[in-house]
Amino acid sequence: MTESSGARSATSTGARSATSTGARSAHETHDYDVVVVGAGGSGLRAAIAAHEAGARTAILTKSLLGKAHTVMAEGGIAAAMGNVWPEDNWQVHFRDTMRGGKMLNNWRMAQIHAQEAPDRVWELEEWGALFDRTKEGKISQRDFGGHRYARLAHVGDRTGLEMIRTLQQRAVDLGIDVYMECTVTRLLKSGDRIAGTFGYWRETGSFIQLNAPAVILATGGIGKSFKVTSNSWEYTGDGHALALEAGGSLINMEFVQFHPTGMVWPLSVRGLLITESVRGEGGVLRNSDGKRFMFDYISDYFKAETADTEEEADRWYDDHINNRRPPELLPRDEVARAINSEIKAGRGSPHGGVYLDIATRRSAADIHKRLPSMYHQFKELADVDITKEPMEVAPTAHYVMGGVEVDADTQAATVPGLYAVGEASGGMHGSNRLGGNSLSDLIVFGKRAGEHAAEYAAKQSTRPTASSAAVEDAIAAALKPFESNGGENAYAVQHELQDVMFDLIGIIRTGEEMQRALTEIEKFKGRAARVTVDGGRAYNPGWHVALDINSMLTVSEAVARAALERKESRGGHTRDDYPMTDPEWGKVNLIVTQTDGRIAIERKPLPQMPNDLMSLFEEPAK
Amino acid sequence: MATQSATQETRPTARAAITARHLRTDRWWFDPLLTFIVFGAFVIYGTWAAFDHSLVYTHVAGNPTPHRWFYAKPYLSPFYSPCVADGCPTDINWASADIWHWLSPALYILILPLGFRATCYYYRRAYYRAYWLSPPACAVAEPHKKYTGETRFPLLAQNLHRYFWYGSAVLGGILTYDAVVSFIYTNSSGYHFFIGVGSFVLVINAILILGYTFGCHSCRHITAGRLNHFSKHPIRYRWWTLVSKLNHWHRQWAWASLVWIALADLYIRLVSNGTITDYHHIF
Amino acid sequence: MSRDLQMRVWRGDATGGGFVDYTVPVEEGEVVLDAVHRLQATQAGDLAVRWNCKAGKCGSCSAEINGLPRLMCMTRLSSFDPGETITITPMRTFPVIRDLVTDVSFNFEKAREVPAFAPATDNAGGKFRMAQIDVERSQEFRKCIECFLCQNTCHVIRDHDENKPAFAGPRFFIRYAELDMHPLDTQDRQKMTQEDEGLGLCNITKCCTDVCPEHIKITDNAIIPMKERVVDRKYDPVLFLGSKIGLRRDSGRTVVGPAVKRGGPSPIKHPATTVEGDASDAEVD
Repeated sequence: MTESSGARSATSTGARSATSTGARSAHETHDYDVVVVGAGGSGLRAAIAAHEAGARTAILTKSLLGKAHTVMAEGGIAAAMGNVWPEDNWQVHFRDTMRGGKMLNNWRMAQIHAQEAPDRVWELEEWGALFDRTKEGKISQRDFGGHRYARLAHVGDRTGLEMIRTLQQRAVDLGIDVYMECTVTRLLKSGDRIAGTFGYWRETGSFIQLNAPAVILATGGIGKSFKVTSNSWEYTGDGHALALEAGGSLINMEFVQFHPTGMVWPLSVRGLLITESVRGEGGVLRNSDGKRFMFDYISDYFKAETADTEEEADRWYDDHINNRRPPELLPRDEVARAINSEIKAGRGSPHGGVYLDIATRRSAADIHKRLPSMYHQFKELADVDITKEPMEVAPTAHYVMGGVEVDADTQAATVPGLYAVGEASGGMHGSNRLGGNSLSDLIVFGKRAGEHAAEYAAKQSTRPTASSAAVEDAIAAALKPFESNGGENAYAVQHELQDVMFDLIGIIRTGEEMQRALTEIEKFKGRAARVTVDGGRAYNPGWHVALDINSMLTVSEAVARAALERKESRGGHTRDDYPMTDPEWGKVNLIVTQTDGRIAIERKPLPQMPNDLMSLFEEPAK
Repeated sequence: MATQSATQETRPTARAAITARHLRTDRWWFDPLLTFIVFGAFVIYGTWAAFDHSLVYTHVAGNPTPHRWFYAKPYLSPFYSPCVADGCPTDINWASADIWHWLSPALYILILPLGFRATCYYYRRAYYRAYWLSPPACAVAEPHKKYTGETRFPLLAQNLHRYFWYGSAVLGGILTYDAVVSFIYTNSSGYHFFIGVGSFVLVINAILILGYTFGCHSCRHITAGRLNHFSKHPIRYRWWTLVSKLNHWHRQWAWASLVWIALADLYIRLVSNGTITDYHHIF
Repeated sequence: MSRDLQMRVWRGDATGGGFVDYTVPVEEGEVVLDAVHRLQATQAGDLAVRWNCKAGKCGSCSAEINGLPRLMCMTRLSSFDPGETITITPMRTFPVIRDLVTDVSFNFEKAREVPAFAPATDNAGGKFRMAQIDVERSQEFRKCIECFLCQNTCHVIRDHDENKPAFAGPRFFIRYAELDMHPLDTQDRQKMTQEDEGLGLCNITKCCTDVCPEHIKITDNAIIPMKERVVDRKYDPVLFLGSKIGLRRDSGRTVVGPAVKRGGPSPIKHPATTVEGDASDAEVD
């Protein structure tokens, strides 16, 4: 027996009882201190932290362990370790993050993130992650858009997989309870406090209730509400919707990041992500005339730090100190808008994208070594050899900057006992997230959320318990699609909602289109209520989609209403009718709340950044 | 509508009820069949060749001269190298050991290469599939009721592969020597440079044998595979890199060297008994 | 360029099932998973299929297509003859849950037996120094997306359910190889890989390597090197003698056994209840 198994046997597995709550359904209940909803990078990191803090912890996930969307993160984990450029430090990382988010970020979160990311990366290494190495044997770091120095710890172009596998193996080693293929449909409350989660097993369709004073939402994003997206089916905004429903609030929901480079062909993989590392490794964007067009799209905001000739841009890869960055490595919102403009101006590729060219820039051997998954992805899915031909790319819905409004230090939402981390939480990335900052976000705040949730749970003198009426209500809501005779097809409603969101609340927005979207969303709500499901409850995807639509509709409305409210363009929110960035709007966040099913928006002033941090923005950026 | 009816201890254990042994629609049987035929042919030919070390006669200056069938001056069949027993032609006889002269020398020489190939990680794959049908092909059910893999005697002896490798590496050196001496013709006037079709047959044979032997998985392990710090052993790491490259094509080396060694033996026998003429030049 | 695709899909659950024929319109450039999704959206709303990223990165949509273990999202329809009927079945080695979804918890239980990476404790906080060439071998194994196709195709358990308790399978042999080749680990899992995890059951017939969607050289780079490392330790008298008379240095690693005992209570949870009278209404032939 090893030391780790000793720790495992000490782990409590939570009392289990199977109770019947009436004739129409049976369900099981278990007791925990902390329940983590979601098993991506932030959920696993939070569960590990909560477990290590002594809390009886459970992880619930809609998928199998290790399949979460984190595996899709390719480029790397941003952390100012200074392994490649000793000039790098947390202050520079903090400044890059704030500038990338157009200063709308929660400064305290950005600060904590920049300060703690290196320790979290090293911790992964101690748990078995194998990052690429520098010549001195340290963790290698690569360049990415918006980061002044090469800063992303990476493993080829499959860094997210490395992170999730490392955390998964750690969680399994610690013996943390895992409930796989379980969907949470309700947060349970006792008075103001969180009392647990209610949901169903996908495998059997039977219900499962976890009683816990603290719940951490680590459910990821909302990308599945958009037709062209790099996100998987899981990204239906469950955490966002659950938090709203439980009385929490969302922040920055108008900011949706469209990743500049998604695949466009073949149709079946439209939206699939092409990592920013292609550009970090030297790839450039060209239009149908062969022109490297990004030089035409350098905004004043980034003029001082961006190369204005191809020669300077090309020298930069070897000498960051004496040259400025290539414009291909501007933050994602800038590049996505530029690509969008080129395509609209008729200078796009045959399938409606632009060209991303690495073939003429790097040797085939380098491409195989540095971008193996990309080579593989194009070869097998599009029959394109990226060492010989350029890729066709266009923007794809990728990430929502908005999420549950949380306290910067503890990740606590406004509902006592509720926490949110990762993409499900908001504030950290402001109006636009820099590449590489999401993976570091997951582990920095995952750890904090786990620790604080455990501490909160330990401090409760009485265990909150949900009323049986609330549970009955949750059961009824979950079974409703089986009893409806409305005849609506869940898949059809989902697909049409995705079309509306992508076309009307997409990368470029106007007030009129967003109004139309809101009207459509109201109609979808009516149709969603009439969805009818075939078959039984055991592993029935039709039923699962029918329930997921509710979350998708809630977050879609939140995005649309917030976007309509913000009358300016900034980061991941671009309006044709308000194309300029307005400094007045730079002082407020939009907060989304829900009362009796109705969504409301309010303005909230940004927290004031202290002077010592403000002074970081005064020195001229290079 | 629903009540509790199962506990965690009763997980579903039944597989999908599919009775077909496989649902493959491609020619999955082709590879194992080809392996079966070529190996079978080699074994039959090799057994015959190993036993038949009889005398044949060629006419030197009009006189029928007896010599061993596996030898056609200056070519020695690789099945009979090194020629160490009584009965070997005198000018290639290493050690004229007066033992077992009734036994073909090939029989004890071949123990090494046969053992080497029988325990080879590639050949194991090939014959387990083609002869044991364990499995005949991927996702095609095997016919056996029980399976214990390589956990028991005699298959546990597959672990001796590296010892056969040590021996075969020496043998590879000897076959290389044979290839070199096939360029030397000795007669009463001394040593002459010689070049013939058979010389090339033996050179190719030596290259294939060496390529197969030094691409061996055990060799890869011994050079540096067993180390966890390549960076501390740069020379061994370079060797490992080279062996790894050969190892990548181990299957191809295995087949090519197997077929070629039989062809080399056959060629030398046909020259030896005068069926065909070896084109050559003596300088 | 739309055309009609003939599909035969296995529908059913642990109590039984069979093939159902469908005709689905498909477009140029689509993969098998696209066809399955269209089937779900238009004809068989309750068709159970497990999938996530649809990009070959998460390893969820493992199934058998025309009898071969494949990821549905990485199998292009253009790789079949036009007019060919495509047969899709769930992975055969694991218990079926419903339709194309199988219970892969065998793998999660085997994962629990792996003793975790254990670096020296005085090495924390960014002090790791490892050369790229020293981590590359293990990095190859960490490309694994845990699709479990290798486990599914391995005849050791595919054809012999009774071997499951004693056999960890190719996915975990690469995990043991990864840890064994890690330059900074302090534990030695060689003996347990053979004695507790069934390395000797593998007869290197390489189907795991053949089906790996990540093209990991499972057999050549992990299983055979592990077998050779076991030979070093158990079957090589010369090395044994060398270590006894001090010519061969000990690896300095601590020999360990499985992290948990087989069959104990597991933190990997399963439904405690099922819903009675719940059945698929797909008509099977």
